[in-house]
Amino acid sequence: MNVTIVDYNSGNISSVINSFKEVAKNKVNIEVTSDLNKIKSSDKVVLPGQGSFKSCVHALNNISGLVDTLNEFAIINKKPLLGICVGLQMFADIGYEETKTKGLGWISGKVLKINNQNGKYKLPHIGWNQINIVKDSKIFKGIENNSHMYFVHSYEFIPENKNLISATTEYSSNIVCSVEKENIFGTQFHPEKSDKTGLKIIDNFISI
Amino acid sequence: MLKNRIIPCLDVKNGRVVKGINFVDLKDAGDPVEQAKIYSDGGADEICFLDITASNENRDTIYDVVEKTSKKCFVPLTVGGGVRSVEDINKLLSCGADKVSINTAAVQNPEVVVESSKKFGSQCIVVAIDAKKNSDKWEIFTHGGRNNSGIDAIEFSKKMENSGAGELLVTSMDRDGTQVGYDIELMSKISAKVNIPVIASGGVGNLDHLVDGIKLGNASAVLAASIFHYGKHSVKEAKEYLDSKGIPVRI
Repeated sequence: MNVTIVDYNSGNISSVINSFKEVAKNKVNIEVTSDLNKIKSSDKVVLPGQGSFKSCVHALNNISGLVDTLNEFAIINKKPLLGICVGLQMFADIGYEETKTKGLGWISGKVLKINNQNGKYKLPHIGWNQINIVKDSKIFKGIENNSHMYFVHSYEFIPENKNLISATTEYSSNIVCSVEKENIFGTQFHPEKSDKTGLKIIDNFISI
Repeated sequence: MLKNRIIPCLDVKNGRVVKGINFVDLKDAGDPVEQAKIYSDGGADEICFLDITASNENRDTIYDVVEKTSKKCFVPLTVGGGVRSVEDINKLLSCGADKVSINTAAVQNPEVVVESSKKFGSQCIVVAIDAKKNSDKWEIFTHGGRNNSGIDAIEFSKKMENSGAGELLVTSMDRDGTQVGYDIELMSKISAKVNIPVIASGGVGNLDHLVDGIKLGNASAVLAASIFHYGKHSVKEAKEYLDSKGIPVRI
């Protein structure tokens, strides 16, 4: 089996690579590439994302044919895809970080700055927070409710269809931290930095 | 609920862990990769490496340490010391650091903070502020505490937030290595000034100091070195103690 981590100059992805390689051992081949043919032929795709919504969308668009290839992979062929952090946020129709930017439009909704109640809460939301699993998701198999995950973000994804939310976390408001729509999975937290529980989520995704 | 973080810091020199008493009189306390792994297995919320002599010496050893550590530890790894340029930051991130802390360069050339936070995102840019009290204000020291810049630390903290820093690592130079506790006044003043998380550092000698850093200093995270790596306390003990004092921690 091949799992491809999309390398599209979205910032630092070494930790994502290290964690997937740790979980995969020699059972699964982990590719790190932006090569369209390799993405097309892989079994699963991971879409990481660091920095701003705008910079990540621009980085995706800068690689000719990449967005079309991802659409074909996830929407037409319905193969499993995991978005992490801004990778998840880009599922939205639109994001408002820096400037209004169009997303992939895979899950209707928007990405807005977390309402920190006039400075009462620090932003970014950095650190370990507990997740409230609201829906059985394949990536949460064997994960206890209220497990701690590592977060670092200032923007949140607000999907229109609340039924697609698989977990939330409590900060200045109730924040969507995981979604699942058929073959498309996303986490706002960083499983690659969430210790053994995070590695288990990665293992679950690889095992789908 | 977001938990307060406990961050063991490993001072690294030539690829080995050391901890200075006021930045001199160094003792060797082990291999950084193994130590980091012990910490992450023991429940550390993050690991911090500080390359303390990086300004003067060959720093390639730190890249090797970061690369090896990031393949074994799956909690966030912050690396600082001798970070001068956007290229230095890029190199550390490529080796597997999750965040990079910038000290002297942020004071001398704040554009580094602006540029790097734009390029890599604020989430990985930590500005390290080393401050020393001078009558009624705190002044920023650079070059590992050797040079007084004369810059007001409280004002500077706001400037760094505006420049794109995602977090501030605030060290009291008066307290560092003394084990008498954080400079609570400094921590609480900076924490009140900025809307980004503050990591308290410098002076931890016992577990009550960690409690004070969070409860009185309003720090989001507490960093300590010697109380952990000379085996005085484990990270687990520290967390259980904080929990017993009503501080939310990840256990």
